[in-house]
Amino acid sequence: MSALRTTAPPVTAGLGSATWRLIKAESTLCVRDKVAPLWGIGFPLVLLIVLGSVSDLREPVEGGGGLTYFDLYVPVLILFNLAILATASLPTTLAGYRENGVLRRMRTTPVGPARVLAAQLVANFVIAVVAMVLFLAVAWFGFDVDLPKHLLGFALAWLLAAAALLSIGLLITALAPGRAPATAIGTVLFFPMMFFAGLWVPISQMPPLLADIAHYTPLGAGMGAFQDAYVGHFPSAVPLLTLAAYATVCAFIAVRWFRWE
Amino acid sequence: MPPVIEVRNLHKRYEDKVAVDDVSLTVQEGEIFGILGPNGAGKTTTVECIEGLRMPDRGEIRVLGLDPLRDHAELTRRLGVQLQAGHLPERLQVAEALELYSSFYPEPADWRVLLDGLGLADKAKTRYGKLSGGQVQRLSIALALIGSPRVAILDELTTGLDPQARRDTWDLIEGVRSRGVTIVLVTHFMEEAERLCDRLALIDAGRVVMVDTPTGLTERARIEQRIQFRPSRPMDDRLLTSLPDVSGVTRRGELVIVNGNDNALNAVTTVLARYQIVAEQLRVERASLEDAFVQLTGKRLEPGP
Repeated sequence: MSALRTTAPPVTAGLGSATWRLIKAESTLCVRDKVAPLWGIGFPLVLLIVLGSVSDLREPVEGGGGLTYFDLYVPVLILFNLAILATASLPTTLAGYRENGVLRRMRTTPVGPARVLAAQLVANFVIAVVAMVLFLAVAWFGFDVDLPKHLLGFALAWLLAAAALLSIGLLITALAPGRAPATAIGTVLFFPMMFFAGLWVPISQMPPLLADIAHYTPLGAGMGAFQDAYVGHFPSAVPLLTLAAYATVCAFIAVRWFRWE
Repeated sequence: MPPVIEVRNLHKRYEDKVAVDDVSLTVQEGEIFGILGPNGAGKTTTVECIEGLRMPDRGEIRVLGLDPLRDHAELTRRLGVQLQAGHLPERLQVAEALELYSSFYPEPADWRVLLDGLGLADKAKTRYGKLSGGQVQRLSIALALIGSPRVAILDELTTGLDPQARRDTWDLIEGVRSRGVTIVLVTHFMEEAERLCDRLALIDAGRVVMVDTPTGLTERARIEQRIQFRPSRPMDDRLLTSLPDVSGVTRRGELVIVNGNDNALNAVTTVLARYQIVAEQLRVERASLEDAFVQLTGKRLEPGP
């Protein structure tokens, strides 16, 4: 084993490169995990294509500001992607890491476990960006759905929605005692959140009480902000502040309660 | 030279029980120091405190002059760790894991060499979740060594390995030591401790029973030698019982069984030679470290067969 002595040519230029490699590794793992690519991108994409082929959905929604049912499905499916990442991909992976001692092992290296967590967040964020761009492009080129008229407003709304959802994912990770409970909590949260985003019934068609509730749920607020941007306004303050509040509060509690093992 | 690891009066209590009661030990540069004891003796808690993974309730620890908690970041660069329960993501491949971990350290070892040295070359593309127990073990040894550490703490080094892999691992560890790496080995395998360790701390019920070389421990246990032979012609037991180094003589069929101290063999053969008796089928059983352990702690290391 004398060859062990010869130090390898410096593969690394310091911890910056370690972070970069971690992000690469976590992204690869996210793709291999299949939840994010299959349920986060593949499934909503197929749904988008199927729904885009139904001519009945090209009718304008009452109270939808001139948008058709299908127009509204594009942002709903973008939120679907964020919701899958936040409730299924991120917490299951991180709670699994904690349960299996991955984070504990990292504590004995110079890099530490916090950077694994950060790399997971970045990996999920990248997947979310890819999904968002892909859905917008497919809707635009494939089905003539215009891009949001207020692009900057849309981008801001999306960033806030992504921050809110990833914070919720971290909160689930922090509060769930293990991988299985994290998966269960995520699944239980996913369906009501998607309901209030208008996956089954557009928010404007909901009974007033449900619509009011929807505006203050993370995905309902996200949908409100997206809709504003689609019809050409800068998103109004209430949905943006709602999203920012979810992001801040959930991240704060998650950080306070997070356990590494 | 200051010791590489210094532990003084370490005490660690979990909610319901005291895991480490009072452990003090020093590890010198370049040695293989064994921590030996039965399950639940406090071995793992002790090394986890040394690694900075747990906060001691009392006591002082220095590793390479560093405080494992306060100077944790600096310590991780110089200390290689193999955890008993420390894992990798299921879908991470062996080579990916090694490459990733080597990027964590300022002066990493060549991970390809480690991969070959630990016999994992043909598993480079295998996912962590698909490895056998022995392969997982070898990978975790590789990861402990990947940062070219000055000190490596290996917890249950060869548990789960087959005998051949175990010997290969021992060779590897000796190779690592010969390059000046100080090694702390937590084990409950006697053979491993006898073969590898320069010194051993015997831990039982959260306390250090004693620290000595493997031979020293065996001698301190004062276990008698047992000499067994078939005399070539009938002989009187009194020839042997009169010897001061012999404590007892018994017969089993044609066999004579003599118990005595370290000099007994010499004394017995001298007497037999004088009477021209040939000791046929001569066998000497020396006390093993295992016997010493039982003698010193009143406990067995591994559940007996």
